[in-house]
Amino acid sequence: MAARTLTINGTLISARSNETVLEAAREAGISIPTLCHLDGLSEVGACRLCLVEIAGSAKLQPACHTTVTEGMEVQTDTPRLKAHRRAIVELLFAERNHICAVCVASGHCELQQLAVEVGMSHVRYEYLSPDCSVDISHARFGIDHNRCVLCTRCVRACDEVEGVHTWDIAGRGTNARVITDLNVPWGEATSCTSCGKCLLACPTGAIFSRGSTVAELERDASRIATIVAARNERW
Amino acid sequence: MNRLKLATVWLGGCSGCHMSLLDLDEWLIDLAAHVDLVYSPIADQKTFPEDVDLTLVEGAIANDEHLELIQDVRERSRMVVALGDCAVTGNVTALRNPLGEARSILQQVYIEHGDPRGILPSTPGIVPILVDQVVPIHMIIPVDLFLAGCPPSGPRIRAVLEALLAGTPPELVGGFG
Repeated sequence: MAARTLTINGTLISARSNETVLEAAREAGISIPTLCHLDGLSEVGACRLCLVEIAGSAKLQPACHTTVTEGMEVQTDTPRLKAHRRAIVELLFAERNHICAVCVASGHCELQQLAVEVGMSHVRYEYLSPDCSVDISHARFGIDHNRCVLCTRCVRACDEVEGVHTWDIAGRGTNARVITDLNVPWGEATSCTSCGKCLLACPTGAIFSRGSTVAELERDASRIATIVAARNERW
Repeated sequence: MNRLKLATVWLGGCSGCHMSLLDLDEWLIDLAAHVDLVYSPIADQKTFPEDVDLTLVEGAIANDEHLELIQDVRERSRMVVALGDCAVTGNVTALRNPLGEARSILQQVYIEHGDPRGILPSTPGIVPILVDQVVPIHMIIPVDLFLAGCPPSGPRIRAVLEALLAGTPPELVGGFG
């Protein structure tokens, strides 16, 4: 595999030619915030948190979906990017009902942690306060649409790792919702194998194990990557 | 040395943020050496005074009384701190927002789910009128500092107060919930 030499925030680094800017940055110890990215799953570039500036391009590019090139000059932490990231996280909080104080995932939530990372002291936008449902028809798991950020990590984990595709997205814009099978209650979704990979992949308190209450939901999202690595290596 | 005029206000919240403040125990005695508590749920003062240096506001804007008081708070305070998640985000106080406007909420709570069925509370001039949508205080007035947490811990409140008393910008650590 050919090597590529590039700079990230002025630091010279080398990366394999098929790597993304996100992978190259992480290997160099440079942290770029992400939400829809999960090791082991394909990239969708949906959340836009990993947007970076690349010299010569007027457009911001998602680091998770941009392959390194020779001589590329990347900036990951400019005032402009910081402002965009904070706005993105604020909009996520404004779009659904993310009430950390009464959430199963509080203290173990990627969105909550992102708010701290991007310096979100408060939300400047009007809260939409949508009337969202909670589906606890499944025997072991529940889905709380109040907490969903539409990252599609559950959709991809179910499709790509479990090979089932119980999850998908229905609707558009603020009306978009994750659904099971053809938009039936989760407990009636006959394709679901109850494997729990969606639960592992979810970054917030949207997908939870039934019986967990405030701040009790701890999960290890890296287990998705472990499963994928184990299969590729034929452990 | 001039003593700092400190006020604390309790709007639509559970009083947990004030409990957290009281949780500072003996440090409150040190604080009392530097400030006069000129208005607070724990002080006997009916109207919000003029010329306050620092006001900590707990709770979201949930009724017409809050709307009125928060205007006085802003006009008469040099610095306003949103204390805790309800003041900063709406939080638990705003859980009713998705259920519709105030009238619909009262109908659901007092009539539909009341057992035995009650009546809608209506005592003009005594019980404040609910606003249709609960909002964080920065949606109504400019806020100088946001101290999140449900509640923010005593040490976090202390760190902010110590910095403000020393005239340095406080470093805010921790987040929501």
